[in-house]
Amino acid sequence: MNVNQHTPMASPYGQPQPGYGQPGYAPLDGGYPAPYAPYNGPASAYQPGAPQQGPARGPPASGAPPVSAPQPYNQYSQSQGDMQNGPPLMTQAPPRPAVSQPYNHGAVNLPGPQPSFPQHYGPPPSMQQVTNQMTGMQIASGPPTPAGPGYAPPHSSQPPVSNAYSAAPPPSYTHAPPPVSSAPTQPPPPSGPAPSQQYYGGPPPPSQQQFNSSLPPTSQQQFTSPAPPPSSQQSFPPTSYSGPPPFSSAPPPVSQPAFVSGPPPPAQGSFPPRAPPPSSQPGSFPPPGPPPTSLPSGQYTGPMPPQQQPPPTQPSPYHSGPPPPGSQMPPTSMAQSNHLPPGPQGPPGPPGPLQQHPPQPGMPGGFPPQQNGAFGQVRGPQPGYAGPYPGQPNYGAPAPAPAPAPPAQKRLDPDAIPSPIQVIEDDKAKSTEPFTTGVRGQAPPLVTTNFQVKDQGNASPRFVRCTAYNMPCTADMAKQSQVPLAAVIKPLATLPQDESPPYLVDHGEGGPIRCNRCKAYMCPYMQFIEGGRRFQCGFCSCVTEVPPHYFQHLDHTGKRVDCYDRPELSLGSYEFLATVDYCKNNKLPQPPAFIFLIDVSYNAVKSGMVNIVCQELKTLLDYLPRENPEMDSMVRVGFVTYNKVLHFYNVKASLAQPQMLVVSDVSDMFVPLLDGFLVNVNESRLVIESLLDQIPEMFADTRETETVFGPVIQAGLEALKAADCAGKLFVFHTSLPIAEAPGKLKNREDKKLIGTDKEKSLFQPQVGFYNTLAKECVAQGCCVDLFLFPNQYVDVATLGVVPVSTGGSVYKYTYFQAQTDKERFLNDLRRDVQKLVGFDAVMRVRTSTGIRATDFFGSFFMSNTTDVELAGLDCDKAITVEFKHDDKLSEETGALMQCAVLYTSCSGQRRLRVHNMAVNCCSQLADLYRNCETDTIINFFSKYAFRGILSNPTKAVRDTLVNQCAQILACYRKNCASPSSAGQLILPECMKLLPVYLNCVLKSDVLLPGADVSLDDRAYLRQLISCMDVAESHVFFYPRLLPLTKLESGSLPVAVRDSEERLSKGGVYILETGLHLFLWVGASVQQELLLNIFGTPSFSQIDPNMTSLPVLDNPFSERLREIIDSFRAQRSRYMKLMVVKQEDRTELIFRHFLVEDKSASGGASYVDFLCHMHKEIRQLLS
Amino acid sequence: MATFPEYIAQNEERDGVRFSWNVWPSSRLEATRMVVPVAALFTPLKERPDLPPIQYEPVLCSRATCRAVLNPLCQVDYRAKLWACNFCYQRNQFPPSYAGISEVNQPAELLPQFSTIEYVVQRGPQMPLVFLYVVDTCMEDEDLQALKESLQMSLSLLPPTALVGLITFGRMVQVHELGCEGISKSYVFRGTKDLNAKQLQEMLGLTKPAASQGRGPQTAQQPLSNRFLQPVQKIDMNLTDLLGELQRDPWPVTQGKRPLRSLGVAMSIAVGLLECTFPNTGARIMTFIGGPATQGPGMVVGDELKTPIRSWHDLEKDNAKFMKKATKHYESLANRASTNGHIIDIYACALDQTGLLEMKCCANYTGGYMVMADSFNTSLFKQTFQRVFTKDVQGSFKMAFAATLEVKTSREIKVSGAIGPCVSLSAKGPCVSENEIGTGGTCQWKICGLDPSTTLALYFEVVNQHNAPIPQGGRGAIQFVTQYQHSSGQRRIRVSTTARNWADAQTQIQSIAASFDQEAAAILMARLAVYRAETEEGPDVLRWLDRQLIRLFMFHLRRSPFLQVFNNSPDESSYYRHQFNRQDLTQALIMIQPVLYAYSFNGPPEPVLLDSSSILPDRILLMDTFFQILIYHGETVAQWRKAGYQEMAEYENFRHLLQAPVDDAQELLHTRFPMPRYIDTEHGGSQARFLLSKVNPSQTHNNMYAWGQESGAPILTDDVSLQVFMDHLKKLAVSSAA
Repeated sequence: MNVNQHTPMASPYGQPQPGYGQPGYAPLDGGYPAPYAPYNGPASAYQPGAPQQGPARGPPASGAPPVSAPQPYNQYSQSQGDMQNGPPLMTQAPPRPAVSQPYNHGAVNLPGPQPSFPQHYGPPPSMQQVTNQMTGMQIASGPPTPAGPGYAPPHSSQPPVSNAYSAAPPPSYTHAPPPVSSAPTQPPPPSGPAPSQQYYGGPPPPSQQQFNSSLPPTSQQQFTSPAPPPSSQQSFPPTSYSGPPPFSSAPPPVSQPAFVSGPPPPAQGSFPPRAPPPSSQPGSFPPPGPPPTSLPSGQYTGPMPPQQQPPPTQPSPYHSGPPPPGSQMPPTSMAQSNHLPPGPQGPPGPPGPLQQHPPQPGMPGGFPPQQNGAFGQVRGPQPGYAGPYPGQPNYGAPAPAPAPAPPAQKRLDPDAIPSPIQVIEDDKAKSTEPFTTGVRGQAPPLVTTNFQVKDQGNASPRFVRCTAYNMPCTADMAKQSQVPLAAVIKPLATLPQDESPPYLVDHGEGGPIRCNRCKAYMCPYMQFIEGGRRFQCGFCSCVTEVPPHYFQHLDHTGKRVDCYDRPELSLGSYEFLATVDYCKNNKLPQPPAFIFLIDVSYNAVKSGMVNIVCQELKTLLDYLPRENPEMDSMVRVGFVTYNKVLHFYNVKASLAQPQMLVVSDVSDMFVPLLDGFLVNVNESRLVIESLLDQIPEMFADTRETETVFGPVIQAGLEALKAADCAGKLFVFHTSLPIAEAPGKLKNREDKKLIGTDKEKSLFQPQVGFYNTLAKECVAQGCCVDLFLFPNQYVDVATLGVVPVSTGGSVYKYTYFQAQTDKERFLNDLRRDVQKLVGFDAVMRVRTSTGIRATDFFGSFFMSNTTDVELAGLDCDKAITVEFKHDDKLSEETGALMQCAVLYTSCSGQRRLRVHNMAVNCCSQLADLYRNCETDTIINFFSKYAFRGILSNPTKAVRDTLVNQCAQILACYRKNCASPSSAGQLILPECMKLLPVYLNCVLKSDVLLPGADVSLDDRAYLRQLISCMDVAESHVFFYPRLLPLTKLESGSLPVAVRDSEERLSKGGVYILETGLHLFLWVGASVQQELLLNIFGTPSFSQIDPNMTSLPVLDNPFSERLREIIDSFRAQRSRYMKLMVVKQEDRTELIFRHFLVEDKSASGGASYVDFLCHMHKEIRQLLS
Repeated sequence: MATFPEYIAQNEERDGVRFSWNVWPSSRLEATRMVVPVAALFTPLKERPDLPPIQYEPVLCSRATCRAVLNPLCQVDYRAKLWACNFCYQRNQFPPSYAGISEVNQPAELLPQFSTIEYVVQRGPQMPLVFLYVVDTCMEDEDLQALKESLQMSLSLLPPTALVGLITFGRMVQVHELGCEGISKSYVFRGTKDLNAKQLQEMLGLTKPAASQGRGPQTAQQPLSNRFLQPVQKIDMNLTDLLGELQRDPWPVTQGKRPLRSLGVAMSIAVGLLECTFPNTGARIMTFIGGPATQGPGMVVGDELKTPIRSWHDLEKDNAKFMKKATKHYESLANRASTNGHIIDIYACALDQTGLLEMKCCANYTGGYMVMADSFNTSLFKQTFQRVFTKDVQGSFKMAFAATLEVKTSREIKVSGAIGPCVSLSAKGPCVSENEIGTGGTCQWKICGLDPSTTLALYFEVVNQHNAPIPQGGRGAIQFVTQYQHSSGQRRIRVSTTARNWADAQTQIQSIAASFDQEAAAILMARLAVYRAETEEGPDVLRWLDRQLIRLFMFHLRRSPFLQVFNNSPDESSYYRHQFNRQDLTQALIMIQPVLYAYSFNGPPEPVLLDSSSILPDRILLMDTFFQILIYHGETVAQWRKAGYQEMAEYENFRHLLQAPVDDAQELLHTRFPMPRYIDTEHGGSQARFLLSKVNPSQTHNNMYAWGQESGAPILTDDVSLQVFMDHLKKLAVSSAA
């Protein structure tokens, strides 16, 4: 993987349509493989190309530039530019979208349903593959590297090569872009193939030729390599399959190392050989260059098959399909045609392709097999291939046989399909300037990119992110596109140090100036008229008098003279000081209070939780949130312990020792004391410490195992009521509350219900009590944070109701053990206690006429349809708001939204935080698709779906998601992409990751639970997602996986894709999801690395139970720990480090997060899903 | 034979019994004509320091319906070792241990001087005494401080093995766990929700000691203390600290409101706590309240200050909306407590009423004390409370617990009922009359709390028919059997057997008349009147009384706070009646007709008539009304005192004169329980009203010129004087109204 990334970035992208091709197209599957196979040949060529690209990148235009340039563009250009695939706008490409054209990839045909996809992608993938190979090469051996470079240079140097490349891609991809070639291309393709063959084939003679024909492009490389150097291949095969495989597809290389445990070495050995081939390839490349055109088309298709891996995985799901495929064959052919630019192939088919075709058909038929076969074939030519693949005996087996036979069968090359990593890296590279918010409708950099924000009138993306920055003008358009219109708002987000927090504005006794009609707050969208005496509301157009004290003259442009002196007139985010009119009961609020409620039943004591909490609180209480670091916190604290009964503590400063007040009448909760319960920490320090010392002792011998829960929250609530303040409850709870009391629960975990229509009931609270209680809590401004330490089912779905409705958080530490989980828990607790938080908040989103906020997702409570009530709102909580049209919007004025949050700060000040956001409106769908943000869309979809399972069968929810996405993409295909073969998968540049991310959502534990996933876990995750912001949801669904072979200070290694085949057996990787942190250690990792990290030279001596790395005095260790710390610092929850040794039992858990692979619970692999998606889209289009 | 007064005194001295008639009319018809029924004032624990403890158990009549105790009146056949029960005439064998019995070797119970005898039961475990303090925290800091000190002091007076517990209440009720180290622990309950014993037991995590009853006393001893009730010796310091840290109820009381006081629930919890931990064991719940219950069950007034607490006026108009419910609540508590042998004491110290009217049954049913004072910071409360713990010569508390009184009678007479601090045990038997007077329908009563002065009025009915004459010289016998828990923890049985002669009213009317005990009769009738006043409408009672008996006392009784509610709050009435119903004859007499002594240079102190004519300028008067001790300086004496003559050596006699009543008052103060209010006033002093309201208004503004100018002081009242009253009575008596 790493390799891939490295090279890929440079190479693939660089050249043509980095983004494009690779991402989108990469998909070309194995299906295509067959075709690709041939490609491989070309691919190899590609690789070179890729390399070139690297260099080319800059020069994209340059290198292949001329020739390829155009073509490339089409294909790649997209990538370059902007996301827009739209082959449509080649020209635009530059703009961004235009570039998208590169889509070509998108255009990819889908051979078999799924397979096809991959295949389609294949072509682009080929690029990737190439890169991969490159990488592989590099990895493999010195030679490779050289090769890489070599290639690159060559390519670059050789324009032709690039050309070839570009050419190739173009054809295939862009039917549109390269239209030139497109139509012609296809025909040419055939020729292309030929050419490709020539290119590749040339080198790789016969076999290749065949392949080439089929898949000239991407895969070619591999193929080529194999082909040409059959001998070499042979050599490979012998050495180890791996050898060949690697070649075959980029992935292979990677995988190979990893996979071929045994083989690896050989593989490497083999590599070298390859190296040579590559060289040859390069040679070939140049040739290909010319043919490229053809390649594209052809390549598209089958090429990828090599991906092989997928096959194995895919097999199961898809496989089923395979058989039919046989029958379907005909259709398949269709499919194939689709996939592989039928056109191209078709043509090619006959010519050289024929061979390919066969394969393709085969592909569809037995995808998996095909894939295998494909691969096999591809590499097939590389029979060895199959063998090499470690995991894929299947492959191997099938591969061999089928391979040869249906070389045509292709698999999408994982490298050919859109790569999240690539997109992320591209965005990083692109975003070097601070992002200014002044331009309406401008999409911000991705959440994965570090960038600085300058507030120039719209809220920072740290506060507000939208799914679309170009909203459709009409409801019809919106409906047609199916793109959700939503914003993810994180009102109290923490800003980096170099960005100043929102200014506090005081409008005096009259309170903030607002529109008379819609009550929108003064903001930059208010238009001052009549010399400044009135202002017109940007939301409702109502004209309001300017109060005398706020009057100011206008300058010649109609702006107020003091415009830039006033945050509310020039910034997107700011705060108002609220007056007493904005307070409950027209009374200024009291400072809030924190109440700690600790379970002291047997389990809690035994697990060490009670002791840990009490010890920690002694120091933690000094870090209660405060606005002014110089001052003591105004927050008061109180303590309660409980099991079946509740114990309140009087810790009044004047007492010699704390007093415990037991309330055993839990049926009708009340607070037994007033004075001395909520105290100032500094005043009562001695008494509090004495108390915290005694609590663990007092209950050390408890035998009480039953607990209550409802009364616990009631108690906290009543205490806050009695003190007449808002506040937060920290509840530390261990077990299902079965003691006789309100809110008593019973164990209802029933695995049999999973998958049935009744499954939804498991996510609903089992009693209504907590909903009512939550309502009361919200009314009082009582936010509940729940820390769970369950040893068995505790019914998170029910216990979480109050936290979720009050803006609180749920933390869950299953099988909590003091030794291993202490650190994680304490860090969570510290952060939770210390973080800035607002209380008793009400959020309202106002919009300009034409749209309306219709739905809200997050941790809050709503008693009407407009006001989001949050008992507590902290800096980590995000609320997703969906908008719907209720009228037309105008392109001229755009759409405005203002999110106002009225809250009580932690010092007891009542404030209003206002975030303004303006987006463009468009009447062309293309504009919409050009300015979307997939991460945000996924955030919305996941929340939408996770809420959906409360009322619908899980399967229906999944289907709905898939349908909507298919519609989005189909709409694009239909309305925005330039006409091309129906078989092509064309993705909008901005959404090319939609399939992969969506797949991650679909296979998440919530929507597709594995056998070992408890109901509690699912409910927990469900609730957790509901308040995540975009950055968190992104990494949650698509974990960050970093190779740790080399670490440099100041920068992180480039991530690799979440797939097992990207892991090198000789490497060490770190994977983070925002909740988990893994350190994966390959089985044949170098001793030096082990010594650096663990201080032990032996793999077997690594303690898999360690939760933190040893502190070693070497730069590597230091840097690694630094990285881990920085990861943890970025997330709202502390991630426990888990060391996973390859082939260890715990690896299963780790693999669960390799989301591009097929999951144990039946989730599709990325490649498979892409195929599926393509099928759906095609259905919609037809 | 001695005179009747001597006989009466002797009987009272020996048996603690005073009968209204000491010779009984022999038939029902005659008895009813006597107007005053045959009745007795019985003081079960009459102090008898000379009484030797008998270390064996009484011998009982073997007849199941009788079970009378062997007594000196029984006929004994020493040879056959048989004795005949003098109540049912059953012949009984002596138990084997009496084998050595003979005419010269008689057991104590057969000796005439032991008509009252006390057995000490050796069986069963020794139960510790239990004292549960229930403390109101809604009071001024000053009061609370005084109360805390009194309570702390009381700890030192308790026997080391006694168990103590503490419940405090305000808006909430807190049951304090004792003996916790490092942290004080208490269970808190809402003040508005009543809990039954089972709920309470669960919530406090208590297990019944009954669980281990099956085993030996050693193991039984263990569970006898629990977290809430622990031996004084163990948690002395802890409890002292706990009391020291007691704070005023912290819940804010807004202006115009009364503090929320959960008295009803607090008492309920106290009762429940003892009920499930020490059933049928002597225990005292000592409740200290600084105001009325204002919330929850048992509330007697709302928390709005603008709504005053009910008055007699409201009661008459049926305007006291909380009274019935509250009374019911406290009655049920009283019944529960008495069932388990627990005493409820009420110490109510507040300037306003505290709801004694509603709560009176708690003290009345259980034999608890009711003490009313203005503040806990007064010597009245402090000394009274201290006196609760006084000890007798043997060093035992002058209190007994969980007593039952059983009355056995000869066939000719049956028991109609009892009036006093007791509850019925509903024991039917051959000696139970169908006519109920007071608490009747039973021959057994439970008296949870007893002290040596506790006196019950028992009413009897002669059931012998006119046509079935009793043989000449026959005697009617009554046996009182009192079983109780001595403060040492021992179970004891005191048996008093009395007998009186029968007389035919037609032939021996003089003898019957001569045997009339005027004092006893007055008190017995007064108790009856008070009982009726409690249960019936006021004016009717007075009319009934007027018709019943017309003697001197009745004049004062009519004017006394026991029957007259004018000028008294419902609480005060309840309080007075409570005291009247439990005190012995002497004290009761004082209550009805206060005693007035005069001190002057004319001679030694002398009792004078309770009459306005006794109020002279050169006299110092000392009035004892039981509830008040009042020293009144006549006009001249007051002037002398003001002039300071007592300071001058040559007027030492004046100083002595001033000192004499004070000394006497002190003596009274020291012996009386509850301690009376001590008032020192003079002619024209505002507190002189206490005196003026008691004396017979023989001189008023209406008639003072008809009498000598110089004698006595006129009283400004419209009340009739004794003279007028008597005149009126005479008229009535001779008229043919009857």
